[in-house]
Amino acid sequence: MSIKINREKCRNCRKCVEVCPGNLIKEQNGAACLKYPKNCWGCASCVKVCPFGAVDFYLGADIGGRGSTMNVTRRGDILCWNIHKYNGEQVTVEVNSKNSNTY
Amino acid sequence: MGKSLKVEKISTDVLIVGGGTAGCYAALTLGEQSGLSVLIAEKANVERSGCLAAGVNAINAYIQEGSSPQEYVDYAKKDAEGIVREDLLLSAAERFNACTEKMEKLGLVILKDENGKYVARGRRNIKINGENLKPLLASAVNKAKGVKVLNHVNITDLVTEKGRVAGAVGFSVNERTAYEIRARAVLIATGGAAGIYRPNNPGFSRHKMWYPPFNTGAGYAMGLKAGAEMTSLEMRFIALRCKDTIAPTGTIAQGVGAKQVNGKGEIYETKYGLRTSERVYGTVRENQLGNGPCYLRTTGITEEQDDALLKAYLNMAPGQTLKWIESGKNPSSQDVEICGTEPYIVGGHTASGFWVNTKRETTVHGLYAAGDVAGGCPQKYVTGALAEGEIAAEDIIKKIPEDFADFDGDGITAEYERILSLEKGMFSVEELEEAMQKVMDEYAGGISTQYQYNEKQLELAEKQIRFLMQLAEETGAADMHELMYVYELKERLLVARALIAHLGARKETRWHAFQENLDYPKKKDSFFCYVNSVMENGEIRTFTRDIVEEKYYEHKN
Repeated sequence: MSIKINREKCRNCRKCVEVCPGNLIKEQNGAACLKYPKNCWGCASCVKVCPFGAVDFYLGADIGGRGSTMNVTRRGDILCWNIHKYNGEQVTVEVNSKNSNTY
Repeated sequence: MGKSLKVEKISTDVLIVGGGTAGCYAALTLGEQSGLSVLIAEKANVERSGCLAAGVNAINAYIQEGSSPQEYVDYAKKDAEGIVREDLLLSAAERFNACTEKMEKLGLVILKDENGKYVARGRRNIKINGENLKPLLASAVNKAKGVKVLNHVNITDLVTEKGRVAGAVGFSVNERTAYEIRARAVLIATGGAAGIYRPNNPGFSRHKMWYPPFNTGAGYAMGLKAGAEMTSLEMRFIALRCKDTIAPTGTIAQGVGAKQVNGKGEIYETKYGLRTSERVYGTVRENQLGNGPCYLRTTGITEEQDDALLKAYLNMAPGQTLKWIESGKNPSSQDVEICGTEPYIVGGHTASGFWVNTKRETTVHGLYAAGDVAGGCPQKYVTGALAEGEIAAEDIIKKIPEDFADFDGDGITAEYERILSLEKGMFSVEELEEAMQKVMDEYAGGISTQYQYNEKQLELAEKQIRFLMQLAEETGAADMHELMYVYELKERLLVARALIAHLGARKETRWHAFQENLDYPKKKDSFFCYVNSVMENGEIRTFTRDIVEEKYYEHKN
């Protein structure tokens, strides 16, 4: 489980650099870059803090990943988890941060 | 050769090492109830640091209507086969609900029924949206009176003077600055230890583990080096998890009532018992008996339940939701494969950690411990960490000495400079870490030996960990980030050594999987006691202590 930062979308706001609990994201040539991909915990803190949906979360092939990615955009209190599946399908799961889980 | 560090000297009344759940809550308490100056030193950023970075799906320690704190104590005691501190459990349990209400005031969303009462999940849990629990705490801390936060500063050593804590020394993980921090009291809240054993996914996804890979056992290591007493390290924690993603299983088991079934479709959980360790043990046994793989049976749940699970996992372990969506099959149409994780040392789940008095002061005067780093109080979880932070903070306010102890941090800063001036060395941190994990896995009861070990294997483990400790001394760092990695490796190695000593000292099998000694496969009455340890002249000395039965415990010797 790891993340990839989309350099095209990154505006170098450094929010992900600040919050990564492993200090793993560094600035490189004007954009954020995951410097130590194997050390990523997969907590998605960077995915959620990015205002531009520039951080893609994915599952490593060794844990069954097939190449789908997931980023987050926000609409008010709603977190939109946008999944771009390996087969081209798009799925969005919306989670209202003001609602509790029911489980 | 440009290797010297800028040294920043700071004085604060209270230093909190680690700005996770316990550390932040202690800071809030100090800010609200005292005029003391408080400094949190945090290796990452309080916004998302610690084990709640991804979020948490439930408050797992809550006293429901009709239950009582004592009932919680009895449950945790039974689950841990009696090796707990009732005084610690009770004092935490008495605060679970007030801490929950405080978190709700800070913005935590908790599910309520039409009468405004919290909705129960099982006997001791309530349902929340804990995705943002850590940012909520961080935001309160950043506004708290008298509280300063030093993000991206890694504390490596406590400084003591005549058995009393004088402060701590650390360094910035980004800039060439060392920090010498004098304090009248220190709270250590650095969390537990992950990465001691070879993980479930040892390759690219090696850090896709249950507990944060950034929690390296720094607090245990610092405590041992400072002469503090540890307890029950041998009560390891092994989590039952969704295979590959290592996501929690409780949400499925409790949320939709899914049973543990083997590859033949038989429910096996009732065969082995429902204690935390027995659920793991049963899964290991079923695989050994040729009945694997093991699953949580979710097939047949409703579409609404599917939807609720997908959302719940996004709030704590998003990889699991991605896995379901990527596979094109929701949990209603495929069971969820489960496995045990590698062992961790974590005082929020089992009883491993600092030996503390009822007020959470360690055996080093003025040094307190709270949360996963503090021992004796298993199943304290989030609310227990909050409670312990509060208990420690209140005692600090009462007892803080008027003066500062003598402080000398020069030797530690010099050690940073030495490591920074070393050539890379024969072996990298990564190679030595892998070697340590292999040793622990094969000889100290890791996944590959079904969590079991015997004394001869422990002897080999001890010998090899000693070699690795020597090699680690020769490992250099090119920058501050690498310096952090060198320290993390050394912290883990020291925890590994102490753990081996504890595993060897408990000459029985008290908990299947968690501590399963093949030389002594049965539980023994003579080991109804704590195994504790201290480090003396670089060696770990273990000893036993009688079970504490009084409601208030103070250090005597």
